Amino acid sequence: MFQKMLTVKTIVAIGIGTAVFVILGRFGSIPTGVPNTNIETAYAFLALMSVLFGPIAGVLIGWFGHGIKDAIMYGSPWFSWVIASGIVGLVIGLAANQIKISEGEFGKAEIIKFNIYQVIGNVLAWLLVAPVLDILIYAEPVNKVWTQGIVAGIANIVTVGVIGTILLLAYAKTRTKTGSLSKDA
Amino acid sequence: MSSFLLAYMPIDSPIHRLNAVTKLIFFVVWSLVAMITFDTRILAVMLTIGCVIFAISRVPFRNVAIPVYLILIFLFLNNVAIFLFSPQEGVEIYGSRTEWLHLVGRYTLTWEQMFYQMNVTLKYLTVLPMALLFLVTTHPSEFASSLARIGVNYRIGYALAIALRYIPDIQRDYRHIAFAQQTRGLDLSRKEKLGTRIKNAISIVWPLILSSLDRIEKISAAMELRGFGSQKKRTFYNSRPLATGDYIALALLAVLTFVALYVTFHDGSRFYNPF
Repeated sequence: MFQKMLTVKTIVAIGIGTAVFVILGRFGSIPTGVPNTNIETAYAFLALMSVLFGPIAGVLIGWFGHGIKDAIMYGSPWFSWVIASGIVGLVIGLAANQIKISEGEFGKAEIIKFNIYQVIGNVLAWLLVAPVLDILIYAEPVNKVWTQGIVAGIANIVTVGVIGTILLLAYAKTRTKTGSLSKDA
Repeated sequence: MSSFLLAYMPIDSPIHRLNAVTKLIFFVVWSLVAMITFDTRILAVMLTIGCVIFAISRVPFRNVAIPVYLILIFLFLNNVAIFLFSPQEGVEIYGSRTEWLHLVGRYTLTWEQMFYQMNVTLKYLTVLPMALLFLVTTHPSEFASSLARIGVNYRIGYALAIALRYIPDIQRDYRHIAFAQQTRGLDLSRKEKLGTRIKNAISIVWPLILSSLDRIEKISAAMELRGFGSQKKRTFYNSRPLATGDYIALALLAVLTFVALYVTFHDGSRFYNPF
C-alpha cells in the first residue's frame, strides 16, 4: 500500500511541508487582539499542502509539524492537540481528488468544496478529537476543553477559510490551465 | 526575532552513547505511561527518575532553560484556566470536599482541587525531561534509522529526517523573506489593522511557499535519480547494534512500566485518592 500511495514526491512534500509548518507555527502567527487567539498561518499552509498532495501528506504534516513545533518550542508535545492537527490535514486532503488545482482549476465550485471540507475537518479536530483526548488523557474539566476547542476551531476555520483560499487561488494562477492554448488563425 | 530552537548537541555521556532506538522506545513508552496514569506516587517517582537521567546526560540546564520557562508559563496559565472553568473538578473526581479558602462566589479553594491540579501539572512535567533529552541527545539521521528499526516504514522515517534536516534552512529562508519585506515597510505588529496585518503576513508566507514547492521538486528529482524507494527495505549508514547500556535501559523501562501500571490499576481507578 505504501509503495503506491507514498511516491517519492509525497515523501519529500511531507518532509519539507513539516519543516515549513514548524517555522510558520513558530514565527508566522498573527495576534488578533483577543488574548491567546492567534491567526495561525501554519494551518492555511497545511490546507494548501493537503489539497496539493492528498490526505496522507495532510495527516503526516499535521502530526509531525505540530509535534516537532511543540517539542522544539516547549520541550514536549501536547499530544491531544497534535493528533487533532493531523485530522485537519487528513480531512482537507480528502478534497484533493475533487479539486484539480495542479491544472489551474480553482473557481467558485472549488472554493465552496474546499471550504466545506476545511470546516468539517476543523470541527472534527477542535470540537471533537482535541477535547475528547484532553479529557481522556489529562482528565481536564469538560467546559474548559470545550471552550478552548470552540475558540481554536473558529480561529482556524476563519484562518483557513480566508488565507487558505487566498493561497490556493494564488497557486492556481501559477499553473497553466489545460486547454489554455488556442491556435492563431 | 528570537531564533531559539532546541536541537541536537553532541556531548559525550552515557545517555548520548545510547542507541537512538533505545531512546525512542524509552521516550514513547514513558510518555504513554505518563498519559495513562494519574497516580501521584508514580508520577512523582517518574519525575525524579527523569531528573536523575537528565543529570547523568550532563546536558547543561541553560541549553534547555528557555523551553522549560515557556512550559512553566504555559502550565501556570493552564492551571488558572482549569480553576476558572471548573473550580470543583477535584471534588468530583475524588468524591470528597475539604474546603481550605473561600474566594468569591463559586470559587472556593479545596484541597481536592489543588491535589487534582497538581497531578495535571505533574503529568505534564513528567514527560518533559525525557522529551528534552530525546531531542538534544539524538542525532537526526540516527533517529530516522531507529524509526525503521522499530518497524515504521522507512519512507515515513525518511520524511521525518528530511523535516529535521531542513528546519534550519527553512527558518533562514523565512527570516530572509521577512527582513526583505520589512525593509519595504511591511508591519506585522499590533500597530497595523488586522486586515493589513493578514495581507502583510501573506506577502511573507507566499514566497516561502513557492520556494519550498521548488525545493520539493528538486529534492524529489534528486532522490528518484538515485533510485530511492525502489526496494522494500534499506540499510542505514548510521545504524548501530544495541549495546549493554541499551539492554540495561530497556530492562529498567520494562520494570518501571510494569510497576507503574500495576500500582495505578490495582485498586481499579487511575486516580490515587488520599482523601
